[in-house]
Amino acid sequence: MKRIGPYLILCLLAAACFSLATILQQRAYGWSKRAQTDNILKVLLGDGRRLFANHFFIQADVSFHSGYYPSIFDQARAAQGTRHLTAEEGDAAHEEHEKSMGFLGPPRDWIERFGRHFIVNEHTHLEGNKEREILPWLRISAELDPQKVETYTVAAFWLHKLNKASEAEDFLREGLRNNPDSHEILFELGRLYADYHHDPARARKVWELGLRKWAEQEAAGKKPELFHLDQLAVHLSRLEEKEGNLARAIELLQLATKASPHPEALQRQIKELEEQLAARPPAATPQAR
Amino acid sequence: MNTIFALTSVVIKELCRRKDFYVLFFLTAVLTLLMGSVNFFEDTRAVRYVKEIALLLIWVSALVIAIATTARQIPAERENRTIFPLLAKPVTRAQVILGKFLGCWLACGLALVVFYLFFGVVSGSREHSWPVLNLVQALWLQWAMLGIVVALVLLGSLVFAAPSSNATICFIVVLGILLLGRHLNQVALQQPEPLRSIVYGLYFLIPHLEWYDVRDIIIYDHNLIGWLDCALATLYAAVYAALLLFGAWLLFRRKALHL
Repeated sequence: MKRIGPYLILCLLAAACFSLATILQQRAYGWSKRAQTDNILKVLLGDGRRLFANHFFIQADVSFHSGYYPSIFDQARAAQGTRHLTAEEGDAAHEEHEKSMGFLGPPRDWIERFGRHFIVNEHTHLEGNKEREILPWLRISAELDPQKVETYTVAAFWLHKLNKASEAEDFLREGLRNNPDSHEILFELGRLYADYHHDPARARKVWELGLRKWAEQEAAGKKPELFHLDQLAVHLSRLEEKEGNLARAIELLQLATKASPHPEALQRQIKELEEQLAARPPAATPQAR
Repeated sequence: MNTIFALTSVVIKELCRRKDFYVLFFLTAVLTLLMGSVNFFEDTRAVRYVKEIALLLIWVSALVIAIATTARQIPAERENRTIFPLLAKPVTRAQVILGKFLGCWLACGLALVVFYLFFGVVSGSREHSWPVLNLVQALWLQWAMLGIVVALVLLGSLVFAAPSSNATICFIVVLGILLLGRHLNQVALQQPEPLRSIVYGLYFLIPHLEWYDVRDIIIYDHNLIGWLDCALATLYAAVYAALLLFGAWLLFRRKALHL
């Protein structure tokens, strides 16, 4: 009997592999719950990727501070939370952040004193369009954990500031698809419509939806942050005031007083609006929506 | 001195012959260029994330080259029995230690020069600025730090039986110092006595390798570090390397060379 050569066996095995692959490929998609559209990070890391998402979000914060950032040993004395990333100069969050970032303190010994010559020891924030440097980290963080809402809101805030409103809107819409109940994303989306597109009707719809989502979460016992209610209600109130819906604006400010850390300022504004409303002739008052 | 340089050149030639450096450089280059080519939010001007990734890869690669190259020097000579003709030349044991150290350290320096050239070209072409002095400082400090690491691994190769265990232990020690060294005093102050004194003593005892990690200065475009500070840090590294090499010589002096 003639012997079969090794190359022929190799070809036969390759042909068998190819044939099996064509048959099994379609079925293999059914075996796995993984969608064909999954990105490479999801395929490689699975759900473990969420663990890394926070690291990249923090990396964005480190980049925002040009490397001046507390280590885990300094964090008890340093800023917590992410609000400072979107706080404007003069904001309470900004002032509080400035105070808490003096975490280094005086050096304890000569090693620490000398070591400070080789580290960043000055608290600064990125400025002059250099804020774009934080965006790659935020994009990676969102890829790793699409349910991390802050990633979308912080990135959208800076994209908006960098005159990249359409990218900001796309990113927020992506965030909304991944987190349909997020009132934080709805707030940022509304801000984009109001400030950049000058489309108060769409901004109103989005903020009203945000308020409803906040209320739903509270009713479900999820304890949403009061700060977000304050933001939504105050911004929507300003919009209603501009549109002439003073009664609705007052109603919203009254809602905001329940959440605001400075209700007395809001009370003064309510009083002013009430005076304007009272001074207005009845026929001129637009119907409350 | 000629004997030491002869030994040094053998070690450098070995690094050139081995594939470690080429593989690590290729990986660093591919990953850096891959990350640099990604378009985030239609913005091509963001560069710091590329610098961050590239410098991290350079640091990891340099540590791998330094530890892997040094850890096998003396054990390989003993295993291949080439240590006997080497010492019969005559070459003293101190010269073997110094030659091996100098060879590994210079080999690391050559690798660093190639890595930093690549880094400088990539970051400069994206940022359109060429902070050469900053890069020279970063390279020099990293090389000084690798001097301590090479001396530590050389000492380890005389203490531990196998190069693999030596390399693993040295890796853990070096990474531990890089990550925790700066904060050991804070940790010490939170401990009750006598643990506080022990941890604080350890803080003063360990070589502070974290000083030499000035990646943040490069990534975030901060000002140059003072030259005097660089010189003092170099002196500190030299003293620690000398201490470790002296320890290695003390061990090697009376060590039986047969396996």
